[in-house]
Amino acid sequence: MPVTSVFPQLEALLPRINKPIQYVGGELNAQVKDWDSVEVHWALMYPDAYEVGLPNQGIMILYEVLNERADALAERTYAVWPDLAGLMREHGVPQFTVDAHRPVIDFDVLGISFATELGYTNMIEALDLAGIPLHTKDRNNEPLVIAGGHAAFNPEPIADFVDAAVLGDGEQVVGDITDVVKAWKGDGEPDGRLGLLSRMAKVDGVYVPRFYDVDYLPDGRIRRVTTNQSAVPYRVGKRTTMDLDEWPYPKQPLVPLAETVHERMSVEIFRGCTRGCRFCQAGMITRPVRERSITGIGEMVDAGLKASGYEEVGLLSLSSADHSEIGEIAKGLADRYEGTNTSLSLPSTRVDAFNVTLANELSRNGRRSGLTFAPEGGSERLRKVINKMVSKEDLIRTVSTAYANGWRQVKLYFMCGLPTETDEDVLEIADMAREVIKAGRAASGHKDIRCTVSIGGFVPKPHTPFQWAAQADHETIDRRLKLLRTAINSDRSVGRAIGVRYHDGKPGIVEGLLSRGDRRIGAVIEQVWRDGGRFDGWNEHFSYDRWMGACAEVLPAYGLDVDWFTTRERTEHEVLPWDHLDSGLDKEWLWADWQDALSEQEQDDCRWTPCFDCGVCPGMGTDIQIGPTGVRLLPLTPVATGS
Amino acid sequence: MGTRQPEGPPPPPTVQRLRIRYAKRGRLRFVSHRDFARAFERALRRSGVPIAFSAGFSPHPKISYVGAAPTGSASEAEYLEIGLQTETDPEQVRAALDMALPEGLDILEVLPAGPGGLPERIEASRWRIELPGFRTQALAAALQEFLARESVIVERVTKKGLRLLDARAAVVSARAVEGEGCAILDLVVRQVSPAVRPDDVLTALGAVAGLDGSLTSRSMRLAQGRLDVTTGVLTDPLGPDRAAAARDGALGET
Repeated sequence: MPVTSVFPQLEALLPRINKPIQYVGGELNAQVKDWDSVEVHWALMYPDAYEVGLPNQGIMILYEVLNERADALAERTYAVWPDLAGLMREHGVPQFTVDAHRPVIDFDVLGISFATELGYTNMIEALDLAGIPLHTKDRNNEPLVIAGGHAAFNPEPIADFVDAAVLGDGEQVVGDITDVVKAWKGDGEPDGRLGLLSRMAKVDGVYVPRFYDVDYLPDGRIRRVTTNQSAVPYRVGKRTTMDLDEWPYPKQPLVPLAETVHERMSVEIFRGCTRGCRFCQAGMITRPVRERSITGIGEMVDAGLKASGYEEVGLLSLSSADHSEIGEIAKGLADRYEGTNTSLSLPSTRVDAFNVTLANELSRNGRRSGLTFAPEGGSERLRKVINKMVSKEDLIRTVSTAYANGWRQVKLYFMCGLPTETDEDVLEIADMAREVIKAGRAASGHKDIRCTVSIGGFVPKPHTPFQWAAQADHETIDRRLKLLRTAINSDRSVGRAIGVRYHDGKPGIVEGLLSRGDRRIGAVIEQVWRDGGRFDGWNEHFSYDRWMGACAEVLPAYGLDVDWFTTRERTEHEVLPWDHLDSGLDKEWLWADWQDALSEQEQDDCRWTPCFDCGVCPGMGTDIQIGPTGVRLLPLTPVATGS
Repeated sequence: MGTRQPEGPPPPPTVQRLRIRYAKRGRLRFVSHRDFARAFERALRRSGVPIAFSAGFSPHPKISYVGAAPTGSASEAEYLEIGLQTETDPEQVRAALDMALPEGLDILEVLPAGPGGLPERIEASRWRIELPGFRTQALAAALQEFLARESVIVERVTKKGLRLLDARAAVVSARAVEGEGCAILDLVVRQVSPAVRPDDVLTALGAVAGLDGSLTSRSMRLAQGRLDVTTGVLTDPLGPDRAAAARDGALGET
């Protein structure tokens, strides 16, 4: 059956809204396949505005992987801004894809990638605009709604709304899901939607929430989670893509016409991180470290630049300077693109003088504006708690080198509200910033340098050693941030050279509620959406009062409140909502690491010291994949000298 | 501060200037000028056209744009000029850029810059504005009202707030043409500052004659050029360049 484009109806609305270009598609390297030429149709959604969603690497990778299959197609859809959403409702235009403007409801699968929990209300809005029943139990012929991304490691708060959640890397599991959908359709759709879900639940890494029941204790804690189907696993394990060189995606990066948040192409140089920062969910759930080879990186950069025309390349990972051959990669790429106005960047830099050398190398062909370091904790004691092993001396030495090398601006990232934190820990940030400026003035020989302190509230996340921790309440966060600003501004000799950027504590409480929430939070999310909640990641749209209002309506029936989910410390044997979802980390190891945190014990990185038995490699059948390979990048003809 | 200099040699100089006419069509009429500029710079890089760069700490490609059609308007007559660091065949540049740009942003003509500047050759625009559901006679009557006035002041919301502009004074000619299921407004507007756009004229028609087509209209710029006041015809701004190129070509053949 042919599926028709809604573009003619949409086109009439576009002159009346802001940023119409975000809805027309037509990006370079976008693909439109013939609907009837394939068996399985995927709509991939990033649940935020186009300008944020388009550069998302996960969506770009899956889009290409799926479109390469002869039996599948993938198109993209994003959250529509309220101005267009209102007009779409008024004129009966459903949620559509930007590629061929097909209605989302006509697809077989709607895959939504959640980088953050603050996209949940946008998912509900999209389902409603699409005409898909909000609850999985009310659906029949509509698309399978599947959540992925880091937030899917605790999908319990959205268990009512999604048919399935996928844990871990997506490259291979989307193929498995395609196979299942295709076979089920080929067999004549036996047992309807439940039949399909039963088959889905057998796919490694796929969790079907409705096949699991949750029982609660009288005090509100979870008693146990049990399966209500015979053939579903008691625990669902994550997927891990091994050998990144076999997955050189995106090969043809999508290049938008509209302005977006990242105007560059990105190459993921490795996945996973074992630095062991205890607050970092990404580092915990993406283990082990798997490096892309230096030659694989070189080929992706070359092909991606040719296919996109971008002038900046970001070398992405959770801690890019940790690639075993990063020095050679930086030098090889800088040599290759010398004189072409192509700039290279490492988005995350460790506090380490070597990183300044690296940054110098990478900025050879571009600007030298600012360097960013993330000590995260204000005091050395607190940095031991969070396992971010940086001494104050390291930091001063590193930034001095940076300023001496012509960098004029250094950004320092911190968190506030970390476990065991006191006012004094936070106030040490002011001392640190002052010393940075003094050392920088001495090293650079002039006063024209700046240091920006960026600080936000810490949110405990599932599958981390801090999953048991009490989140600091927003009053504490706001009070400490105020103390810090006062302390920084009090020293006039350096005050003007130090900028402070901070986020207030309230959004963090909502993020915390959604991060560690369970199925009872689903009704809160739905109520917030009904009250007009959208785009919760945007200051101008977020309303703390709306969230608290919905909580006050929903949670008392369970004898619970927001504090119970956020500022309450959990005990060792409490059943956590995500215990039946397996990131590979041993719960015993996580608890031991939490205890180590409380006694300020550090943990080394297993890439350079013996395995500390976090459990991931043996549990998932994976291994650390790192170099060095000893290979060098070959010089290529620079891209800008074409005839 | 003033003494800081970028390291390395200065960029190669511009040896050739090319003038380009391009079109903004179909769904890409929603491209803004900034969107186009970004897409064009990437297309330059991808196609390997040897664009020249400015000197300084953040070198910019040598591109000069001439007044772009507003977001949401299609156009068959947009112009820009680029500087190259290597002499290149204009037709090759046209084909390479057209290939590198998405369908809907189409490079129509590329010519070596002849004597004289491009902006001076552009005084007015001819627009074709479709008004679906409107009758030609109703449009003609509204236009008569409008043209009889000496000035019609309309408001436009801009980023800087509300602006007042005279939508009548800039209009050189306006006539109603019969279209398929719509009336078509054939409009010639002088380029003044602040610019009077098709939308402003439609707003003015609403104000003087109660004909409000601004929500459903579709506008397309057909031509830009110098205005022949006696005939009302716009002269092709690339005409002199084309003539110069033909002359050089003829010289080259002998």
